[in-house]
Amino acid sequence: MAEPVHIATKGGTPDLQAEPMLINIGPSHPATHATLRFQAKLDGETILDLEPEFGYLHRGFEKESEASTWTQVVPYTDRLNYVSPLMNNVGYAMAVEKLCGIEITERCKYVRVILSELSRIIDHMVCIGTNMVDLGALTNFWYFWKPREEVYKLIEELCGQRLTTSYTRIGGAMADLPEGWTDRALAVCRGVIPGCIADVNALLTKNRIFIERTMGVGPISAKDAVALGFTGPCLRAAGVPLDLRKDQPYLVYDRFDFDVPVGEAGDTCDRYMVRMEEMRQSLRIIEQAVAQLPGGPIDIDDPRFVLPPKAQVYENIEALMNHFKFIMEGVKVPAGEVYSATEAANGELGFYIVSRGGGGPYKIKVRPPCFPLFQGIPHLVKGQMIADLIAVLGSVNIIAGELDR
Amino acid sequence: MSGVLDRLRERFPADVVSVHSNFGDDTALVRRERIVEILVFLRDDPELLFDFAMDLTGVDYLGEEPRFEVVYHLYSLEKKRRVRVKVRLHEDDPVIDTAVPVWPGIDWYEREAWDMYGIVFRGHPNLKRILMYEAFEGHPLRKDYPKAKRQPTIGPEE
Repeated sequence: MAEPVHIATKGGTPDLQAEPMLINIGPSHPATHATLRFQAKLDGETILDLEPEFGYLHRGFEKESEASTWTQVVPYTDRLNYVSPLMNNVGYAMAVEKLCGIEITERCKYVRVILSELSRIIDHMVCIGTNMVDLGALTNFWYFWKPREEVYKLIEELCGQRLTTSYTRIGGAMADLPEGWTDRALAVCRGVIPGCIADVNALLTKNRIFIERTMGVGPISAKDAVALGFTGPCLRAAGVPLDLRKDQPYLVYDRFDFDVPVGEAGDTCDRYMVRMEEMRQSLRIIEQAVAQLPGGPIDIDDPRFVLPPKAQVYENIEALMNHFKFIMEGVKVPAGEVYSATEAANGELGFYIVSRGGGGPYKIKVRPPCFPLFQGIPHLVKGQMIADLIAVLGSVNIIAGELDR
Repeated sequence: MSGVLDRLRERFPADVVSVHSNFGDDTALVRRERIVEILVFLRDDPELLFDFAMDLTGVDYLGEEPRFEVVYHLYSLEKKRRVRVKVRLHEDDPVIDTAVPVWPGIDWYEREAWDMYGIVFRGHPNLKRILMYEAFEGHPLRKDYPKAKRQPTIGPEE
């Protein structure tokens, strides 16, 4: 059995002795928002120790990928971070393109930037919204649900799906933007999203209850955050300005003017503030990207990687054979290994890919941003109250889809 | 060839087996004996400062000898660059020293590599399965583990 612990009290009353209590949270619990499980060792309400457990959503992404063609893996990537699937599509396509030595078209780069930033906004909205539900502030959730719905309408128009987008292809995209799509996207970015961010900001940022529930809750120092491998908003909230869009610019991020917000304490409040500001910065990027969006084709002009046009497939035996080989055997990707990282909503999303020259990957390893974040949760909450665990868990934004793969 | 790999070779001439920078990714294949020393050097050398252990995974090259590979991906916050360090391990002795004392954040990655490939990290504080359950038999990402194989799913152990 566990050792009895001494509870020191400040008021001069004698110490009470109590046995630590073991409490199980999850794997199916409304506040975990995913199939996660914790075993918490409590002294009263104070967390002495916490053991996270996961894997309940493991579906063998990497094993399945090894038996698929390169393009067949794209739908699997939707299911990694299902809150911002377009970013996973982009991350995966970029990794394969790096291996193939493909330079995608200018238009495709801008389209990928616009879609990534829209995804970042809705990802942060879900994170803040559900985090606030757990803290009892349900209104914010609904305030963020409206703009999210508007963005989903844009995504649905783009690829016919809301969640399982599978938008990117090796060397381009499934289709170009629909007619007038950028105008509608701009209307959402100008007319809907800023107002909702302002509403939530007005409800929360100076709200005393919110501040008391989040400030100083689940803090982490910059040094510890680096040692634990934190990336994304959780790392920036601790004061480390690592953002791959700035530090190792990919696509065309070096052409935009935007800021990387950082916090100081690395606590739940700072994580919230960083995410709020990142949404505003993403809007800035989208404005600039749409203004600079060039014309031209979305796919590269290379029959080795891109499917022949459908009209040709119906008329031309050459194109038909090509189409058949593409679908059945897959794109021929040269042998080698690459690691390609993008700044996803939660942090660095890395793909390590090994190819042996076949039509499908020999190995794919995803580096999900949540993985080290979830590992760091005991560090964030030890010595804090059990109710704070819920606040911290929401603010770290664990997505079981990418955590468990 | 880049400065990182030169520096690593200079410091550990006997332990770096080969290097390449294909596709722009600096990669060093090293021997396993002094892996912790190499990682500490990469982390602490003032010209390298790889303070992030971004990723660790295994690869199963079934049919090759040595069969397994452990792959580290490191990132330097200050120098804004990456390096990949690889170690080959034999099938009958897939053991390597743990890097948890170097980066505490690498703990779960090593557990995952054990879970998926059966690579043993000597000195790891808590080397047990992470994605699969304790009663699971075998290591599912090994190439000789059939994709369609089914095992009984069970609840958590009591």
